[in-house]
Amino acid sequence: MNQKYLIPLTAVFLLFLVAYTGVEGAGLQWFFGIVFPYVAIIAFLAGFVYKVLGWASSAVPFRIPTTCGQQKSLPWIKQNSIDNPDTSTGVFVRMVLEIFLFRSLFRNTKAAFNRNDSNKLSYSWEIFLWVGALAFHYSFLVVVLRHFRFFTSPVPSCLKWLEYIDGIVQLGLPGIFLSGVVLLAATLYLLARRIFDVKVTYISQAADYFPLFLIIGIAATGLSMRYFTKVDIVSIKTLTMGLATFSPVIPEGVGGLFYAHIFLVSILFAYFPASKLMHMGGIFLSPTRNMANNTRAKRHVNPWNYDVKTHTYPEYEDHFREKMIEAGLPVDKKE
Amino acid sequence: MSDEIKPDELLNKIDYGPRSDKGPGNWMDTSVQIRPGMYCYAAKAESVETLGLPNARPWNPLEEDWKLPENWQEILHQGMKERLEKFRTFKVFMDICVRCGACADKCHFFLGTGDPKNMPVLRAELLRSVYRNDFSTAAKILSKVPGGKALAGARPMTMDVLKEWWYYFFQCTECRRCSVFCPYGIDTAEITIMGRELLNLLGLNIDWIATPVSNCFKTGNHLGIQPHAFKDMIDFFVEDIEEVTGVNVEPQLNKKGADILFITPSGDVFADPGTYTCQGYMILFKYLKDKYGLDVTWSTYASEGGNFGFFTSHETMKRLNAKMFAEAKRLGVKWILGGECGHMWRVINQYMDTMNGPADFLEEPVNPITGTKFENSKSTKMVHITEFTADLIKHGKLELDKSRNSNRTLTFHDSCNPARGMGLLDEPRYVIQNCCDHFYEMPPNTIRELTFCCGSGAGLNAGENIELRMAGGLPRANAVKHVHEKYGVNSLATICAIDRAALPTLMDYWVPGVDVIGVHELVGNALILPGEKKRTQDLRFEPLPGFEEEDDE
Repeated sequence: MNQKYLIPLTAVFLLFLVAYTGVEGAGLQWFFGIVFPYVAIIAFLAGFVYKVLGWASSAVPFRIPTTCGQQKSLPWIKQNSIDNPDTSTGVFVRMVLEIFLFRSLFRNTKAAFNRNDSNKLSYSWEIFLWVGALAFHYSFLVVVLRHFRFFTSPVPSCLKWLEYIDGIVQLGLPGIFLSGVVLLAATLYLLARRIFDVKVTYISQAADYFPLFLIIGIAATGLSMRYFTKVDIVSIKTLTMGLATFSPVIPEGVGGLFYAHIFLVSILFAYFPASKLMHMGGIFLSPTRNMANNTRAKRHVNPWNYDVKTHTYPEYEDHFREKMIEAGLPVDKKE
Repeated sequence: MSDEIKPDELLNKIDYGPRSDKGPGNWMDTSVQIRPGMYCYAAKAESVETLGLPNARPWNPLEEDWKLPENWQEILHQGMKERLEKFRTFKVFMDICVRCGACADKCHFFLGTGDPKNMPVLRAELLRSVYRNDFSTAAKILSKVPGGKALAGARPMTMDVLKEWWYYFFQCTECRRCSVFCPYGIDTAEITIMGRELLNLLGLNIDWIATPVSNCFKTGNHLGIQPHAFKDMIDFFVEDIEEVTGVNVEPQLNKKGADILFITPSGDVFADPGTYTCQGYMILFKYLKDKYGLDVTWSTYASEGGNFGFFTSHETMKRLNAKMFAEAKRLGVKWILGGECGHMWRVINQYMDTMNGPADFLEEPVNPITGTKFENSKSTKMVHITEFTADLIKHGKLELDKSRNSNRTLTFHDSCNPARGMGLLDEPRYVIQNCCDHFYEMPPNTIRELTFCCGSGAGLNAGENIELRMAGGLPRANAVKHVHEKYGVNSLATICAIDRAALPTLMDYWVPGVDVIGVHELVGNALILPGEKKRTQDLRFEPLPGFEEEDDE
């Protein structure tokens, strides 16, 4: 067992126990149900804003998009206006495709080297990471949106629609929500990749396993409450509505499992701005994707551009004048 | 180079399953072994001094003591701090990587060496681990809770870390291939550029970069060719071309009031097979002068298109690049035409106007022969030679005899920078296809924006790091080998001077029997000069198709 994942796994397990026993044993419902969720949300919002403002405060001295297709050039050469945009419309489309469809990841290939046969390097399309990532992010999004039903009263109809579609596979009682199952499966796939793909194992840090275990913990506690142990939904909604309306109450009849769930969620929120999860905000600000490749047509200004010492032509001519004259090269000053 | 590693030995080393000598430990705990064959010699003190860069002194990477200033950690810390504020790329890329591993097997150095620290993600993590230690509040807080240190993934800046930086930031050619695949567009070129800037604060450059930079500053070009010698070299070409074509193509140098200033890498003037490309330009300009009266001048002061300053620091890049606009202004030309070169064009396309513009003393470039406005360069006012030539061909302004290149079966190597820092993909192909009969593409995963580096870019084309170069060039060579065997490709066309210098060695090593040829060498062979004699030889003095036997006798 590798300590890179042993530590995060233990941490998530301990966090679960802290909340569970804290509620079941010490009666700290008010802390895990009210105080910590508020603290976490404040940490999340403040941290997120702080981080994004921090990035935004750094200059963008040069326009350096990665060009992934034909540039705008002569009128009869077909430009790839999405992968090599020269207008803000092109950049917008490129960004939308990156943010919503993970376009760059879609290109992923897997390299293989056949040593003994032909010594050939080959590259095959590798789509599973893209599928796994897309499944993970979208199911997570649906799960998060569905949870807004706990913070709204009456529940908006768009949420009901979402629930209807999410539960379209009628299976068992209560009906299965696809998103929850997909979320758990996708997270387990991403975890398996980290553990079994040797390259990914090698690059992984504890900070990569921690959010995965945390999300697995959240999904597992959530799924078990919905499908197995069952909880008092009405009481829970009393609690969550209390949080949403800033008049928190602790209802009767809600067990430790729920508090463990909400505690792990709070941990995720609080941890978010301090972690790699900030890629959610960072992708919008990535200069290799969010800029047009048109620096030759439209000047980009560097806010901190400063003068530098160069070797000027007069200095150059002074140095080489005699040799230049001898070679018949024109000079500005003839002695 | 007799102690050079054999191709088979090199191939035996490749293993994409990272081997860790110390079991499944953390890569952060393994220290670097600087290995001959994989690194370039240290910058000479006098080259560092020319531009007044810090800490010029003799030093040797293999020695324990790198002769650093006492407060070197402080210098690096301040250097990082400053760059985090100056470059959003740096700050964002330090924070948002999720280590998904999509970039891992996209790097030619990883594919050729199997060294896990050549995975782009780890190259960046070399910096990130220190960034998290020095600049991340979160990591500092985390370190205080139990297990938080592991969670933070941070490490302090030590001599071992510094050596690792130096070794691996000079094993990256800033080719940007990984950046195409990264879901957040994290660009390892940018990371390496920052890493090298920081290393340069301590005087830790390599000589294959520092000396060209120093030469370029003083004499106008990387190779240190002085003005009279530059003219001599051009004169040699004039003689050679006259022998082949019967026409005197003597170009103009440093001529005030010309229409266009032409700037190309000095490598084209200096060494085969770049010299033939250079002759191609000269033939083209002579043709345009005689037919259409186009007045092109070369410059000895701005006699370098390339910019090894780009591999040193942003400031050094600017200091070297300044010559282009300064010379265009002094000579009073209308606009600038640039020759075939890789990183030169990334600098021109994405940096030059910002650094040294606005070029308001130049005119928006128009091809006077075809009337085409080069809309995409109306601010920088510098046009790529293949854009220019493609336009001429499209308008039927060039008389080309393709059959003179018909002994060549070609493929085209997209150079990294024009491909991923510009998107110049179809222009060179159009020129090639109009100058030759037989053209085959390499497999789709190895061309255009997915092209593989020659393995010697970004200043790594030295002799002492030959193993690194041959390993890094393997993916490129492997794709050439594929079309060599499948279609009988015998010539690898390219639009980069570093390619012309690096690829012949790479081809001899992996795919013997493939020549490297600049696109404008093909043009020079095919173009029918007014008043030329019946040509029987190409620019390399090799018999043209149909004249082989005559030559044999």
